[in-house]
Amino acid sequence: MLAVRSLRSYYESICALKSVSIHISEGEIVTLIGANGSGKSTLLNTIAGLMQRATGSILLEGKEILGLQASSIVKAGIALVPEGRQLFAPMSVIDNLVLGYYSSYSLKTKKDQNRRIEWIFDIFPVLGERQKQLAGTLSGGEQQMLSIARALMSEPKVILLDEPSMGLAPKIVEDIFQTLIELRDRTSLTIFLVEQNAKLALSICGRGYVIETGQIILSGTREELMNNKEVLRAYLGKE
Amino acid sequence: MPLWNESEETISRGELEQVQLERLQQTLGRVYRRVSYYRNLFNRIGFDPFEFSSIEDLIKIPFTTKETLRIAYPYDMFAVPLREVVRMQSTSGTTGQPIIVGYTMNDIDHWTELMARVLTAGGVTKDDIIQICFPYGLFTGGLGFHFGAERVGASVIPSGEADVEQQLTIMRDYRTTALACAPTYAALLLENIMEMDMAAAELCLRKALLGAESWSEAFRNELQDKLGVIATDNYGLTEIIGPGISYECENRDGLHISEDHFIPEIIDPESGEILPPGAKGELVITTITKEAFPLVRYRTGDITSLMTDPCECGRTFIKMSRVFGRVDDMIILNGQNIFPVQFEGILNEVIGKVPNYRLVVDSKDNQDFLEIQVEISQDIFNDEIKSLNYLENGIVRNVEDRLGFIPRLKLVEPRTIKRDMKESRVIDRRKTE
Repeated sequence: MLAVRSLRSYYESICALKSVSIHISEGEIVTLIGANGSGKSTLLNTIAGLMQRATGSILLEGKEILGLQASSIVKAGIALVPEGRQLFAPMSVIDNLVLGYYSSYSLKTKKDQNRRIEWIFDIFPVLGERQKQLAGTLSGGEQQMLSIARALMSEPKVILLDEPSMGLAPKIVEDIFQTLIELRDRTSLTIFLVEQNAKLALSICGRGYVIETGQIILSGTREELMNNKEVLRAYLGKE
Repeated sequence: MPLWNESEETISRGELEQVQLERLQQTLGRVYRRVSYYRNLFNRIGFDPFEFSSIEDLIKIPFTTKETLRIAYPYDMFAVPLREVVRMQSTSGTTGQPIIVGYTMNDIDHWTELMARVLTAGGVTKDDIIQICFPYGLFTGGLGFHFGAERVGASVIPSGEADVEQQLTIMRDYRTTALACAPTYAALLLENIMEMDMAAAELCLRKALLGAESWSEAFRNELQDKLGVIATDNYGLTEIIGPGISYECENRDGLHISEDHFIPEIIDPESGEILPPGAKGELVITTITKEAFPLVRYRTGDITSLMTDPCECGRTFIKMSRVFGRVDDMIILNGQNIFPVQFEGILNEVIGKVPNYRLVVDSKDNQDFLEIQVEISQDIFNDEIKSLNYLENGIVRNVEDRLGFIPRLKLVEPRTIKRDMKESRVIDRRKTE
């Protein structure tokens, strides 16, 4: 589904990603674990088309998307759930969702948009209950749900999540992840999950990568990563 | 016949290349950070592992040789702290300083999976009773096959280095259906079956997996006929992992290389130049999943060729031909490359079986010549047709026809030639003083 090959991404002259290669197959939940500043967000932002300068290759279903405008990448089927949610706080829940549909919007698709909103309320009932409420007044968990829901509005093939667990209570995170797993089971949604909370990420992924100072240092199945002492020590705090 | 792991063994070439690229980049980064030999090497040649963008770039890295590993004894090539190493194995050390190979828990798991592929391709399933006649201990054969066989779920008899008579008794009484051993050992078993007055029919053997030495098609046919088994070849090397690098399937037409763990290259042993598929040369391997003892472009010393034709079994991995021999065994006779194993087919045809033999190479007046020494035993003389003359003429003429030169021939008494797995078939007097 998504293949990244030898990706180098730059902030001005600083190389933040050094020959990063990863891949995600359809319906997989793949995680990227790394510490602060390791390049996790940079990778997601590069895939989403938000970085100014990058070389290498990003293939979505075999087609090159590196260099495309972010809006084209959304249209192609990749949606980003950014770090810190990045909701439009002074707008209502429904308006945030409508904006998530923006790239597909036309007069002809209004009906489709409404259908999708209904579908979202089906998955996240609490958003339906609070649909007219301003996004900035929602609880942390509800905001995260809204951020994910907004991404789902564009009917993505691949959803990129940047530290969705940050600042949330474990039970809420569990619920949200459970919802994602169900979504994947029902719709073959492909999920790329970036997390600092390695334990959490490893609990739901099938496969993962570990990134350190812009390089992928390790990859493997969930079991392999958990058997790797380097991972255990550095990210799970065990000896 | 089923595959051990269908999704992995029939992976599309495109996906395989992606996986190889990812794992290779991780490996290069890891050896740079953790193995001083590679860090120094990369620095010296100005190679930046974090600039590495495609598998073709591998060519920039000089080969790693056995000598380097010997100098690194004991642990300098290890890429993880010792406390993460859960197993040590070693090379035999017959030709020099032994090399210690370490394995992490993941390495053992990968090795086991690779062996499960080998065994399954050789026809072994959980319904088999497998007798492992490889040495257990520091040598990788015994434990490698053992772990793989257990994972497959077969009933494992770890008979190891028990003496031949005992092995055969076990084989008959335990009703062994699958055998894993070295070809010279299989030959020994065959001989003893005759001596013990056992009929091959008393045995339940149906499959034999042979490896650790090169062996000929002639011997495969002999084994298959006399024991009624399907005999498959498999290839490995302790420094890389042990057995499990490549394996024959039921088609017995080339060995599938587990390319998701090892990247193979074929080079000219003299010039180091990379050769195209089909060309015979030295196999070079880069490990891409090993954690404790990763190796980049390691010269195996084995001569083979790569085969890109698809296999009916459905596996998408590239195949290698049966190993022709060791680079060290390769004889250059008046400019021609010859391998001991080429003589086996000829000897088998003329004599009716592969005897114990040795090749002695010497030169005089700038001309190289080769003498084949063949052990002649009683059973060969039983048949009246096979007179000495017939044998001599047959062997010499066949070698002349097939290999293009006239050899000398010396028929010797039984037990004159020492027979040992590690002992070379070739004595090259040109090299010794």
